[in-house]
Amino acid sequence: MRRKKSGKRFSGIYNNRINPKGFHPSQIKFYVILLPLAVFMFLPTLFIFSHAFKPPDELFAYPPRFLVINPTSKNFTDLFTRMGNSGVPVSRYLFNSILITVATVAASIFVSSTAAYALSKKRFKLKKVLFAINTVALMFVPIAVTIPRFLIIERLNLMDSYFVHILPVLALPVGLFLIKQFIDGIPDEVIDAAQIDGATDVQIYWRIILPMIKPAIATIAILTFQATWNNAEISTLYINSESLKTFAFYLSTLTATTAGANVVAGQGMAAAAALIMFLPNLIIFIFLQSQVMSTMSHSGLK
Amino acid sequence: MASNLAIRQDSKFKRWVAKEGSAYAFLSMYALLFIVFIVAPVLVAFFLSFTFFDTIQTPTFNGLKNYIVLLTQDEIFMRYVLPNTIKFAVIVGPCGYVMAFMLAWMLAQLPKVPRTIFALILYSPSMTTGIAMAVVWKTLFSGDQNGYLNSFLLGMNFIQEPIQWLQSPQYLMTIMIIVTLWGSMGVGFLAMLAGILEVNPELYEVGSLDGISNRFQEIVHITIPSMKPQMLFGAVMSIVATFQAGAIGVTLSGGNPTPQYAGQLIVNHIEDFGFLRYEMGYAAAVSVMLLLMVLFFARVANRLFGSSD
Repeated sequence: MRRKKSGKRFSGIYNNRINPKGFHPSQIKFYVILLPLAVFMFLPTLFIFSHAFKPPDELFAYPPRFLVINPTSKNFTDLFTRMGNSGVPVSRYLFNSILITVATVAASIFVSSTAAYALSKKRFKLKKVLFAINTVALMFVPIAVTIPRFLIIERLNLMDSYFVHILPVLALPVGLFLIKQFIDGIPDEVIDAAQIDGATDVQIYWRIILPMIKPAIATIAILTFQATWNNAEISTLYINSESLKTFAFYLSTLTATTAGANVVAGQGMAAAAALIMFLPNLIIFIFLQSQVMSTMSHSGLK
Repeated sequence: MASNLAIRQDSKFKRWVAKEGSAYAFLSMYALLFIVFIVAPVLVAFFLSFTFFDTIQTPTFNGLKNYIVLLTQDEIFMRYVLPNTIKFAVIVGPCGYVMAFMLAWMLAQLPKVPRTIFALILYSPSMTTGIAMAVVWKTLFSGDQNGYLNSFLLGMNFIQEPIQWLQSPQYLMTIMIIVTLWGSMGVGFLAMLAGILEVNPELYEVGSLDGISNRFQEIVHITIPSMKPQMLFGAVMSIVATFQAGAIGVTLSGGNPTPQYAGQLIVNHIEDFGFLRYEMGYAAAVSVMLLLMVLFFARVANRLFGSSD
């Protein structure tokens, strides 16, 4: 009614509305821009899926075809029957990746959420300073300090162990930041009430905070998952024993050697392995995306 | 008396533990890992940058020599690495950021279901930076006539001979930029989308009464000011992602250094000196330069979007 009254006056978004309930002709222009772009962005994803199921003659067909015609699972069986370097089966790399990723995600949730609870709800002198330090650390670029990290990890005797896969990833400033901002949204009264009822800090953390911050936990789980599952660098730098290396590392050796003698087998296996790398990322994000979005609305950096 | 003092101090300590102890207990694990894997490496890099260190002998102090050499004698750094890094960062950072904002702004004006699907598609490339992507891009840009891009261009008669995309200094940088931009709709993009969705709709109404007459004004005067914190978060994420993506040239071309240093970024320079030539002190100086660059760009972002206090 209001809108009619203001007649020809421009009212932009207000007319079409942010977060509209349904379709409106004014949205067509966005679809016109977004659809081709989305198709373009989706091409490589589609390629990963399609390429993984191509039989050898299609992998090397001329002219090359983007989509698979006769899908086959041969690349996957090749991948799992072949031994990796120095006789380590591919399933071992995959097992390592799964074990390391699960352990890292669980530990990361625990480490970040406990710290975030303290930074958000506890009262202590250094609270503001510590949070400010973490905020500066959001700008930390791990790749810049690869060498000093290497020296430190060497000194700590962490080389060649599962720990070196897990520990360096756990201090994730952006994870702590997001969870802390999310806990800030929980009213202090809830915690005060629990304290009056005689709840200890551990009980408050476990019974009140954790159940209320599930979206933030889902978000940090995804971030940690991506950082760990896709990580080939740690295996390259810190692991000598082949049986402790990850699937991402194995894939990187496949892509590096595809120019060699077994170029045919290599290409197909790399394609299959790339799909195995990619799929968990996608599935987890699809399941958790609404939680991530609700965390992100707390992400503001002041 | 001494024991008296000890007791008093002891009880003071006990009171402190009772008051603040549990907070520090909750923080301790994160703090320990943070110190070991973030603070200490930065300090070590800073310290080593003033030394000569070849990993075998103990580091020897050599003052500012590394920095002086870096800025005055390192021809590769000055001719290739620094210009490349700046070009890469200035294009990928702001372009990726503006793209992320514009896309988020458009998505926010769609209903929930199509919005979610689009967001998923746009976000998905950022999930698989690095390894899995190398497979895709190496195949698409493959240098023989079997490469998808070559085959397409040959078929359309745009080119007569296949081009060695990833090995030619001419194209490598452009491809690196495209590939990185393609994967740049990450966490920052999601944060900005959430931010736009949270802007109070009444503001737009007030704005239109105050004489805002087109969409651009609306974005500049209402949308962005109301979501500055998310804009800043997005900017920081985009800066970090840009510099973190530095290894892409080596991944694509298959070797460090990249062909004629065409795709050589500061991150590769660090690796080149640190792990290939074992000049750790010098590499550390380059690391410090990189951290300073990140800080500088973050300060710029802070100027633009920081809260004014």
